[in-house]
Amino acid sequence: MAIDMAQFHQVFFEESFEGLDAMESGLLNLDLGDVNADDINTIFRAAHSIKGGSGTFGFTSVSDFTHVMETLLDEMRDGRRQVTRPAVDVLLGSVDCLRDMLRAIQNGGEIDRTSVAEHKAALDGVVNGTHDMAREFPAESEHVGADTTMMTTMEEPAASEMQIVGWSIAFSPHLNLLKTGNDPVRMFRELAMLGELTSTVDMQGVPDIYDLDPEECHLSWKLKVLGDIASTEIDEVFDWVEDDCDLAKQAIYSAVAEPAPLAVTEQTQILKPASIEPITIPTVAQPTAAEKEPKKEESKTSASKASSSIRVDTGKIDTLINMVGELVITQSMLSLIGEHFELNKLDQLKNGLSQLERHTRELQESVMNIRMLPISFVFSRFPRLAHDISSKLGKKIELKLVGENTEVDKTVVELLSDPLVHLVRNSLDHGIEMPELRRAAGKPETGTVILKAYHRGGNIVIEVSDDGKGLDKDKLRAKAIEKGLIAEDAILSDKQCFELIFMPGFSTAEKLTDISGRGVGMDVVRRNIQALGGNIEIISELGKGSTMAIHLPLTLAILDGQSIAVGDETYILPLGSIIESLNIKEDRVNRVVGKGETFLLRGEYLPIIRIHEIFNVPKPKATKLTDGLLVVVEGQGIRCGLFIDDLLGQQQVVIKSLEANYRRVEGVSAATILGDGSVALILDIPGLVRLANQ
Amino acid sequence: MATILAVDDSASMRQMVSFTLKGAGYNVVEAVDGVDALNKAKAQAFDCVVTDVNMPNKDGISLIKDLRALPNYKFTPMLMLTTESGMDKKQQGKEAGATGWIVKPFNPDQLLKTIQKVMG
Repeated sequence: MAIDMAQFHQVFFEESFEGLDAMESGLLNLDLGDVNADDINTIFRAAHSIKGGSGTFGFTSVSDFTHVMETLLDEMRDGRRQVTRPAVDVLLGSVDCLRDMLRAIQNGGEIDRTSVAEHKAALDGVVNGTHDMAREFPAESEHVGADTTMMTTMEEPAASEMQIVGWSIAFSPHLNLLKTGNDPVRMFRELAMLGELTSTVDMQGVPDIYDLDPEECHLSWKLKVLGDIASTEIDEVFDWVEDDCDLAKQAIYSAVAEPAPLAVTEQTQILKPASIEPITIPTVAQPTAAEKEPKKEESKTSASKASSSIRVDTGKIDTLINMVGELVITQSMLSLIGEHFELNKLDQLKNGLSQLERHTRELQESVMNIRMLPISFVFSRFPRLAHDISSKLGKKIELKLVGENTEVDKTVVELLSDPLVHLVRNSLDHGIEMPELRRAAGKPETGTVILKAYHRGGNIVIEVSDDGKGLDKDKLRAKAIEKGLIAEDAILSDKQCFELIFMPGFSTAEKLTDISGRGVGMDVVRRNIQALGGNIEIISELGKGSTMAIHLPLTLAILDGQSIAVGDETYILPLGSIIESLNIKEDRVNRVVGKGETFLLRGEYLPIIRIHEIFNVPKPKATKLTDGLLVVVEGQGIRCGLFIDDLLGQQQVVIKSLEANYRRVEGVSAATILGDGSVALILDIPGLVRLANQ
Repeated sequence: MATILAVDDSASMRQMVSFTLKGAGYNVVEAVDGVDALNKAKAQAFDCVVTDVNMPNKDGISLIKDLRALPNYKFTPMLMLTTESGMDKKQQGKEAGATGWIVKPFNPDQLLKTIQKVMG
């Protein structure tokens, strides 16, 4: 049966990466003083599963590597080996190496063989540290042992040169043989498939009916199976019951001891010089063919790598099915009303419609919920990061994770990872001081970094806070002046001072370390977060620590929108970006030649952007500023006034990518479909400002 | 057609076993660990059980032991999927009442051959 094993690869990779994460967090959480067998077992199991899977799916390099890890973990589990810090570090390194290997295979790339060899050598080093080779591979030695004791062969005539024409077997099952689900009938059937089978049953052991336990096996057999059958083929049939029976097998040789077989062996010996090639080729060629096979399969997986999948809690699916059920009931109720509609049923109809609305909303919410993943997907990598960095820098750091179960949209989870790593690194590297400095400052030697996630309103807030040295306003200021980012006499509030670190080209570290400051500045972090529709703020006190708070929208697929009318067109503004809307008084409008119009609002001059002009909307209802409305909006720190005809309603809209379906349009972030089936564009505030300035 | 209970905590292995057996015409029910398998085995009769050994919650050996104690599973073939390094596991499995084993890594053909060995 030809089964394409590649179809299982995606699942294998996913569960292997999960297993590696479990191993990593398990290793990090090991209390070396008091190692819990259960914890080691969890780590062992993950390694074991990866080994089993990789072996089955043909990734031999991975299964070879995990075998060594497994050996080490097995010894730790059994208490044969002490769990030491160096051993744990080597295992952590191996987890990384394995992750790289799997990633390379998944993406059809090359495995870094030197790195694999190094890690394997490190593992071997730990394994061999106090143990000899026999200890290292208990599996193999046991295997050999088992093979030799497989069966008691009556007398194995050394006359292998004689032709074997069959086997005679004495098979006496123990009473309990049936209780393992084995059945002599099935075994005989197998023997019959090997050759011509004759059997003689011995019923002497059967007790009389009053003593007979029908669940026990009291029969024994003398079997004879004829044919050119290898000894191992017979062994295989009885492999599972070797301990549950008395078994003796004896080869039957051809009546006339023909010299022919002898001659054959002699011939091969004589021909040896010539036959070396044909003999060695298959033995060499086979492994290479086997090596090639998995490679082919491995490269195949690269095709499927682009398909991303998501693991959904079954509870969520159940809710969804429940909702759909409700919806179906409502629908049938409505169609019943519609069938013979009379005016006196109007109330019923209204009821039904409001029910439909409620169910649709609930359904929408639970569908959105499917895309939600706990933030622990991102947080889980940080304990390792903290462990590595603190040991590298010689700092004492405790990382606390709060609110790991807070759920965030999958896309947000994926895109949030890099900015968060940057922030946490900054805290670990620049925030927390060295132990002696902390002691001198009257703080505990161990610094604390807290990663916290929680919901607030329609937003999710993620905070990275530390009790380190905090941001030094004067230093920041001096640096910004030195770099020419601000004027020397610039007056800055505390908040503005902190914001300086987000300016391109600004870096607070006096010297770059290899931990943070890899050239990616905080400006990139902020840009990434803004791209997700969020923002980042800094709270810091000198000597006490800093907190970076990221505010993000809960989901990227649905938006609370405000519909606006311009001419016959409807546009959507993200509700969160609207500050206020007002009627325009002519005396507050200033016109600057070449710079357009501005509107004076509470001492601030807001540029006015006329939407109908920007998008060339024909027949706008309002062309005079006093006829329409001004919507004051803010996006990425830029405020402006949008001049429109009218405000329509507020509604949740489903975001449809314009880029994917059409192309990128400046000033427009996406599109959506309205209730009446028409398409409305969702406006992008920073883009509009850029467009207006052109 | 005979119904087989396939138990493995690894989704990919479970899928592979299930796909192979279904392809050969068997009905297959999947379980993610020993506890899940035991519950399913109590709710429905299976003609054969194929289980991984190393699993959370309840491992394969303990599962086999518990199943054998149930009247319906006294003589049901139960196979364990074990790695070559698990020779001692084979012994433990036998003592728990396992019919036999399939050594990992295995390919679909080997799996089917072994299943056919125990299914009449």
